[in-house]
Amino acid sequence: MTKEEQNKEQFDSDDEITWCPGCGNFAILTAIKTALLELNKRPEEILMVSGIGQAAKLPHYIRANVFNGLHGRALPPAVAAKIVNPELTVIVHSGDGDTYGEGGNHFIHNIRRNVDIAHFVHDNQIYALTKGQASPTTELGQVTGIQTKGNLDQPLNPIMLALAAGASFVARGFTGRQEHLVNLMKEAISHPGYALIDILQPCVSFNKVNTHRWYADRVYELPEEYGTGNLSQALEKAMEWGEKIPIGIFYSVKKPTFSDRLLWLADRPPLVDRVWKPRDAEKFMKELE
Amino acid sequence: MDFNILVGGAAGQGVDTVAKVLELIMKKQGVEVFSHKDYMSRVRGGHNFHQIRFADRPIYSHSETLDVILALDSTTVKVHSSRLSAQGVLVCDESNRTEISRGKTLWLPLKEKAVEAGSKLTEGTIAAGAVLRLFDFDFEKVWPVLHSLFKTEIFEVNRRALEIGYTLTEPQFKLEFPESQPRIMITGNQAIGLGALAAGVSFYSGYPMTPSTGIMTYLASKMEEAGIVVEQAEDEIAAINMAIGASYAGARAMTATSGGGFCLMVEGLGLAAMTETPLVIAEIQRPGPVTGFPTRTEQADLSFVLTASQGEFPRMVTALRDPEDAFYQTARAFNIADKFQIPVILLGDQYLGDYYQTIPPLDFSALTIERALAGEEVWKQPDHYQRYKLTEDGISPRLVPGRCGTQLVIVDSDEHTEDGHITEAADVRIAMTKKRMQRLELLKQEAQEPWFFGQTDPEILLLAWGSIAGPMREAIERLQEDYSIGALIFGDIYPLPTKLLTTLQPNVTMLINVEQNATGQLAALIRQEALIACTHSILRYDGRPMSGQYILDRVKEAISSDKRRTE
Repeated sequence: MTKEEQNKEQFDSDDEITWCPGCGNFAILTAIKTALLELNKRPEEILMVSGIGQAAKLPHYIRANVFNGLHGRALPPAVAAKIVNPELTVIVHSGDGDTYGEGGNHFIHNIRRNVDIAHFVHDNQIYALTKGQASPTTELGQVTGIQTKGNLDQPLNPIMLALAAGASFVARGFTGRQEHLVNLMKEAISHPGYALIDILQPCVSFNKVNTHRWYADRVYELPEEYGTGNLSQALEKAMEWGEKIPIGIFYSVKKPTFSDRLLWLADRPPLVDRVWKPRDAEKFMKELE
Repeated sequence: MDFNILVGGAAGQGVDTVAKVLELIMKKQGVEVFSHKDYMSRVRGGHNFHQIRFADRPIYSHSETLDVILALDSTTVKVHSSRLSAQGVLVCDESNRTEISRGKTLWLPLKEKAVEAGSKLTEGTIAAGAVLRLFDFDFEKVWPVLHSLFKTEIFEVNRRALEIGYTLTEPQFKLEFPESQPRIMITGNQAIGLGALAAGVSFYSGYPMTPSTGIMTYLASKMEEAGIVVEQAEDEIAAINMAIGASYAGARAMTATSGGGFCLMVEGLGLAAMTETPLVIAEIQRPGPVTGFPTRTEQADLSFVLTASQGEFPRMVTALRDPEDAFYQTARAFNIADKFQIPVILLGDQYLGDYYQTIPPLDFSALTIERALAGEEVWKQPDHYQRYKLTEDGISPRLVPGRCGTQLVIVDSDEHTEDGHITEAADVRIAMTKKRMQRLELLKQEAQEPWFFGQTDPEILLLAWGSIAGPMREAIERLQEDYSIGALIFGDIYPLPTKLLTTLQPNVTMLINVEQNATGQLAALIRQEALIACTHSILRYDGRPMSGQYILDRVKEAISSDKRRTE
């Protein structure tokens, strides 16, 4: 076995994959393994965090530290773990329902918090684990087992929402553009602060509208000359959805991260290595005398 | 010597400041202080009051009888003057002249003198000066306290106000100073925060909710000096999930809330249990359901926290009995959470959280930090580390991600294999359920027996938990002069320690549960866990704390009605 092959295998998990054949998740799994390999990451440096859903199973299918928590609640433990141990590369994988529905509040406020993590949303515009109900990104009027008269709620635009909330890195990928996706992931992981990639992926079992073909016919990569530092332009680009769907980095700027703002911890070891004895707190009794 | 002063007024009138001035001055003169705050859920107006009790011996609760009322508004006069003792004094501004049935009234020109001192905002300070003179407090010892309370800009005007106030009255009460002992003055919420700091908490995430916010405020004030992170989460769901993530990553983590916030945390509680992540949660109760009485006290969340979250898993529930107990039990909770890899719930209430009490200095050298993390012997093994390895006692060696060589730490909210991966296998489910529940048996050995006050082998036994400890102690001190009576006050409440109770029970003719709730939740737990039923109940659920006198009166009523029944 060559060194390269060995390296590739280091991220392979023995856990049995339970996704449907042809699921877009396979492409995302391959992309993340490739991205981590190309970034020279080691499994023990990585913490994969997820909520619940088909996407949220991904951490089990890659060798890394794993925190597979509650539905909608991937972000809170992910950012906390990063705050406690900044040396960990923390990556959240969860679906559109998990992130934008159940976890909507955490999505908005962790953008504000700007902890240095990467957040990859597997956006198939449907609830798949529960067998095909509308998600926050399902098209208006789309018929499902529950939305029997068509989806009554208009879809939200995650790219615009993230930009409006103040995210410093916002991108969209597509499972049909593997190399492009790998590059996006590498950029997102390397970006200091919260980085979102909304990844368009087909659900072969439950979304018969937004198929691989549907996406493939519409997506186009943002051109090289597109500048990623202009918020108004990014918002304008983010509004584009329908006949043509842009993918790529909409916006990327440097902002102070949550850890940058913890000035009082700057010269201290990470919280995970904090050395403390009960007597160290005795001084706080002074003001109570 | 045992005096009780009430300071009352509307929110925004400076009631808190006046109370603080009096509390601190008394504390600095070496008397024991117990100060309880009764406030409404509003920023302006309404009726708020502090009851500051001070004595030359340790005191454990507020008292019903008042020696002095310092009224900054007419409502205070109307609501409280009937509680004034025969020798009591009511101090208030001339403009609030109302007839009262008891005690003596001092209508003073407080408002006028405040303007004379330089600011009409000093009315309360004028009144505080008048009250200090009633007790003939040594004026020279007052200045350092005043310096610590007022910023430079307003120090001078308040000094003048206090001096003017001091000239308005004559001494009425005789002070007896105890032999000066070192004392600190602390609230339950501060004690929880300080206990957590001593235990090495380094990550606290919470969402403000009365009456638990004091814990977060206290920790936030020490954030820089202690080198920790205190983060206000977007909601309680985030708060508990963040704390769990921090704990998973190796920090000692904590969150706190009140009942309503705990409702939102319930799924997270199950997550801590399922992933076997140590977690300390303080639940500072207020009357519910839902918004209830936001600023008042109750003990009605016991049944809720005992069974909160779906499924079955071990948890520990400890009720905090007074600030000193809150400090030691909070520090202990972190060790228990780490040792058994479980969530530990600390139950407080508004009464305990907010009252100030003078207590002996806390003993930090008595505390230890026991992380119970596995070492190199586990992570240097060639085999892959298994987070949920089946062991004899149900406790798997715990490692922290990124701090165990090339090993990986895999945790899951799904039912999982020893590796931490999702499974639906029946045999694994049985093994994992047994493994989780096994630790409940170990916890039973960890549980501490309740405090006992009173006579040995009493015929009347009172059962209580949490913050009733102080009032109960005062009630028993007096009741035991006339009756064969004792009280058990539960701190550790789940798993329920039953040895002491079952030892005393055969001799008992009246078994009375005393609780701040409407249904007798401790009594229900005791029926369930010890198959012992209480014969009588003393329950209070109007949002107001029981005093020693209140318990004493109710116990006497119960005894006399019991006698009538048996005669």
